[in-house]
This record gives sequence, C-alpha cells and structure tokens, in this order.
Amino acid sequence: MKTKKGGQMSRKKVSVWSDNRFWQRSATWVTGFASILLIWLTFDTMGQITMGNQKDIDNHIAKKVPSATVINYKVEYNMNQFRGHEVPVIGGDDGKGNSLFKVKEKFFGRDDYSQKEADALLHLGKLASQAKNCMDCHTLLGNGAYYAPDLTKAWLDPAWGKDGPLQSMTGKNTKEEAMAEFLQNPGKYPTHARMMPNLGITPKEAKGLVAFLKHMATIDTNGFPRGFGKIKEGVVYAKSK
Amino acid sequence: MQSQSNFKYESQKLGSWYFTVAVILFGAQLLLGLVSAIQFIYPSFLYDILDFSITRMVHINALVVWMVYAMIGSVYYLLPDETGIETVGIGIGKLLFWVLTLAVTIVVLVYIFIQVGPANQTTIWLITEGREYIEAPRWADIGIVVVVLGFLANTFLTAMKGRRTGIMTVILSDMIALAGLYLAGMYFTDNISMDQYWWWWVIHLWVEATWEVMVGALAAYALIKIVDAKREIVEMWLWIEVAMLFGSGILGLGHHYFWIGTPEYWWEIGALFSALEPLPLVGMFVHVLYDWGKEKGLKEHTGADATSNNTPALMWLVSNGFGNFLGAGVWGFFHTLPQVNIYTHGTQFTAAHGHLAFFGAYATILIGMFYMAIQGKYGIKKLRATFDSKMAIFLITFGVLGMTVALTIAGYEQVLIARAQLGGTWDAFFVAQNQLWMSQAMDWRLIMGVVTTVGFFYLVKDLLTISKNPQNVK
Repeated sequence: MKTKKGGQMSRKKVSVWSDNRFWQRSATWVTGFASILLIWLTFDTMGQITMGNQKDIDNHIAKKVPSATVINYKVEYNMNQFRGHEVPVIGGDDGKGNSLFKVKEKFFGRDDYSQKEADALLHLGKLASQAKNCMDCHTLLGNGAYYAPDLTKAWLDPAWGKDGPLQSMTGKNTKEEAMAEFLQNPGKYPTHARMMPNLGITPKEAKGLVAFLKHMATIDTNGFPRGFGKIKEGVVYAKSK
Repeated sequence: MQSQSNFKYESQKLGSWYFTVAVILFGAQLLLGLVSAIQFIYPSFLYDILDFSITRMVHINALVVWMVYAMIGSVYYLLPDETGIETVGIGIGKLLFWVLTLAVTIVVLVYIFIQVGPANQTTIWLITEGREYIEAPRWADIGIVVVVLGFLANTFLTAMKGRRTGIMTVILSDMIALAGLYLAGMYFTDNISMDQYWWWWVIHLWVEATWEVMVGALAAYALIKIVDAKREIVEMWLWIEVAMLFGSGILGLGHHYFWIGTPEYWWEIGALFSALEPLPLVGMFVHVLYDWGKEKGLKEHTGADATSNNTPALMWLVSNGFGNFLGAGVWGFFHTLPQVNIYTHGTQFTAAHGHLAFFGAYATILIGMFYMAIQGKYGIKKLRATFDSKMAIFLITFGVLGMTVALTIAGYEQVLIARAQLGGTWDAFFVAQNQLWMSQAMDWRLIMGVVTTVGFFYLVKDLLTISKNPQNVK
C-alpha cells in the first residue's frame, strides 16, 4: 500500500475499514457499476419507449408510446385484467382491457390523418406546449407545477366529453373543438377563480396542442392517474369560489 | 464586498463575486416565490401581466442558478486552499464570470418581459424551452456549457499543477459528471416520454447525486477549516459518502420513471435504490456532529480554546446535516415507493419535499460558505455569530419548515380528495383546491414565506455588517 501523498497512512498498519484507498476504490467501483447498470437499462427503455407508427397499429401491436396517428382512433382508459390497473385502450376494447385498434373517431372532422400529417400536428403541439410554458402551471405525466390540473389524461376527462360541462361551456359540439376554443380564449371561459392566462395560442397551435393531448392520453403510464374519470363525484363540475 | 480585501488569492475574490450574485438571485427567488404564493390565494393578482407560469418559473430558475453560482463560487474559494496555489487561468475565470452573469440577466429579462413565443424552434432557441427547471433557451444552454467548460479547465489545470487532495479529486470528478449531465437537457423531441426520460437525467442526477456529492465535499472542506477536523478522517468519510450517494442516487433515478410511459421494471429498481437514498444522508449528519464533538472534546481535554473559528458557518453546517436528512431523506422517502407515489405524484406533496430538500441540503451549506468567504475577506481569526446571524438562521429555518408543513398538509388533502377519492380529473383538482384545508395551507405557506424573507433580510444585513461587529474586528 504505497501512496505518493498518503505517506502517513502507508506506514501505519491500519484496518481496511479505516483505509482511505479502500473507500476511494469502493466509491469508484460502486459508481461505475451503478452507471453501467443505468446505461444498460437506458438502452432497454429507449427501445420500449420509442414512438410507434401506423404499421404497429395495423399489426395490433400495443406500444408504450403509440404512433401519432392514434388521433384517428377512439381512445379509452380501461381496467386491464392482466395488469390490474387502467391502461389506454385504442380503437375499442376486447373486453379485457386490450386495444382492438379498429374503432375510429373523428378528430376535427377527419379520421384519415396520414402518418406525415399526424406527426406534423404532434410536432406543432409539443413545440407549443414548451413555447407556452404549460408545465409551469400544469403537470404533464405528473411532472410540472401544481397550480392547474394534470394534463396526462386530459383528453379522457368526462368534463370535456359530450354533455360535459367544459364542452358545453364553449358551445362546441366536439371535444377537440371545445378544447381548441378554450385554449385560444381561456379568459372567456373561467372554470375557477384561478384562470388560465391568454397565451396568444393560434387556431393552428390549438389544433396541434389538442393532438398532443390526445396522443399523451394514449401513453401507457402504468396506471397513472389511478381511477381517472371513473368516479362519478369527480366529474361533477366544481363551482368556482 | 469589494473594499479592503484580505483574500490571499484572486481565486477567493472571484469566489466572493459568485457569492454576491448568488445572494442577489436568492433574493429574487424569494420575491418571486412570494408572488407565486399570493397568486395561489388571490389568483387575479398580476393575471395576464406576470402570470403564475412566469413567476413560478423565475422562482425555481433563480433557485437553481443561485445554487450553481454558489457552488462555482465555493470551488473557486476553496481551490487555492486545497491546491496551495493561485488558480491558473484567473483572468479567464473573471471574464467567464461576467459572461455568465450577463447571460443570466438577459435570460431573466426575456422570461419576464417576453414570457412566451409562437410554437416554433425560434422560441426554443431564444425565449424559453418550457421544460421545468431548465427553461433557459438553447442559446443560453450553449453559453452555459462554454462557461462551465472554461471553469472545469481552470479547476483541472490548477489541481494538476498544485497539491492533489481527496476533496479536490472528488470535486473534479463530480463536476465533470455535473457538467456532462446538463447536455442531456439540451434536446427537443416530439415524444414526451423520451423528453422526460432525459430531462430527469439532468434534474435527478444533479440534485440527488452530483449536487449531494458536492455538498459532501464542501462539508469536508468546511469541517477542516472550521473545527480543525483531521483531513485523513474527513476524506475517508467523504469517500464513503460518495460510494453511498452514487450507489443509491444513480439508480434511484428510477423513482421518476414510474409513470411517464417507461417500463414497469422501474417500479422495483426505483423503489429499492431511492429507498436507500436517505442512508448516506444519515451518515453525513452523524459525521458532521461527530467530528464537531470530537474535535471540541480533544481541545477541551488539552485546555485549548474549544470554540470553532466560524460559528455562523458552523451553525449553517449543522443545520445542513439536519436539513439534508429531513428534507431530502425523510420527506423524499415519504412518497418514494410506487404504491404511495401513484397518488402523491404531481401534488403539493412534491412541493413540500422540494422546499425542505433544496433548503436543507443546499441552501444551508452554501450560506455557510458565504460566511467562510466573509471570514476570509476580512481576515477574521474567529468569526462570532451576531444577533443578526442568529435571527437569520432561526427565521429562515423556521419559515422553510413552516412552508413545508403547510405544503405537506395541502399535499395530503390533494392526495386523498383529488386523487384517491375523486380520480384526478379537472373537477377533482378544483374540488380539492377549494377545500378549507387547502386554502388554510396556502395561507400558512404565504405567511411562512414572509417569515423566510424577513430572515433573508437579516442574513443580507449580517453578511454586510458582521465584520464590523466589535467582537469580530481583527
């Protein structure tokens, strides 16, 4: 145990437990091992969370992060019997909480967005979500600020659905139009004393943002948020203060 | 802090410049925090002028930046002490300080006056990246990387030329990781899961790994300087802390991967390793108190003066031991298991943890470093706490603890009502926000925020005047 600088240490016969070199080596090994494990797991996770495409949907392959073309399909959030929690169900439910990838749903009047069109919409929406600092009031996938509701499954919120108070407030007939209208003029539709600010969102950006929200609702978040939109009392419109 | 400097090295002077900006940004953090807290109670306050999204963003950005400033300042401050020589590129170091400070000023002015932009890459490059904590636009990211590279080069060249200590070895390797991780945040993708996966590499691996190691190294340096702890022993503790902090913290990253679209195996990995994260914090707490007591006892035994040579710094160092364990350890552990986190994720519970952890783990020790710089600047052999020092530490600690308790109660209420009972919808969120328990908690958060701010004024007053106190005049 010869060290250039630690002369004091090397002359004394010390227990390994009070030897700096032992702990330095341990720290290096532990850090190295943890880092390698993290990098290995990262490779695996990258493979699993890469965004899918229309071919996956055509082949009935459920991806953790599905293709942007899910905007052409009906989306639900149902209990999956095998996994024991809710999962996004795309294009109809097989009765056990698995996606059928069949049932379509119009999105701004169309259900035939091509891969390119859907990708472009999602791209615009994701950019808008950052350019408008959504995350500094809301949470996305549960991360962000706690001033406004979580948006992870906002698309599936019954309040935006048919006869839902948020949809009827805007006077629009579809969920996507109601959301887009609200995003462009939040000051006109207060849902609480705490109002969303006017962020200068254009009609195009609003459409992109709604596509982004619909796509986010289809991400398999391992059952988060639990019971979203399933509890009747939770969807009664909360009167503002 | 410019006049009659007793600093032996220019590097220490540069460190004190960084500390000065850090204190100013700390003040900005508190001010914007107060505005955000008022907006929770009176939502129309500054509505459409300076919205919550902006005030809260500046609140947390000022926090991150003042801590980074104080850490860079600390390294410049301790560098000559550890290496025994002047920092080699001190001129470049000073230039980089002004470049960084100018960049930070521009970023903050753009945040406040321009706020948001259209949905295109120009906004991402020039206004905001819109990703919590690292909203700084891309041009600033690149600027930060350049400045940090210069800082790293400076530190490395100095350490290679001068004496190499264990503390310096830890700091150098830690700073490479810290700087490298920032690159993971300079990234745009349409895939929000992928986005958050890499975003957490910056956020988590900074605050739950590399920053903690930096705290360990600063505590080691401070113990040697303040209570004459033996380097051999302090450095052994430091290596054990590094092993435990990185051993738990690196894979503890998994506790952010429970619900963002990532595979289920992160439940087990995240739960196991993040549950271990409090252990090194217990160790650090014991270490500070043990070394303090041991050195005091040894001196008393030989009849020497057993008081520490910088009591305000020691007070903050001890509060770091407590605060780090309580805020990062206990409050983190509360909601780190997926079975609990499925309900607590995205609630005020996280805010409670955030407040106490950032304060306990980082603010405390960095304020301790401010006091060490004051001692160095005025060449005071034994710096004694004044009335103002005591008021500062009492009010700031009491205020932050108060905010934490208030936010914890708000978090519980939100978890039970918005999440467990009502299922987390838009309505569920506002039903919970309208509860009396929530509004009372928000009132208390604001009151305790004011207490913290009053404590901050005492701190600033103390930093400016402590050297003139008769007991401290050299």
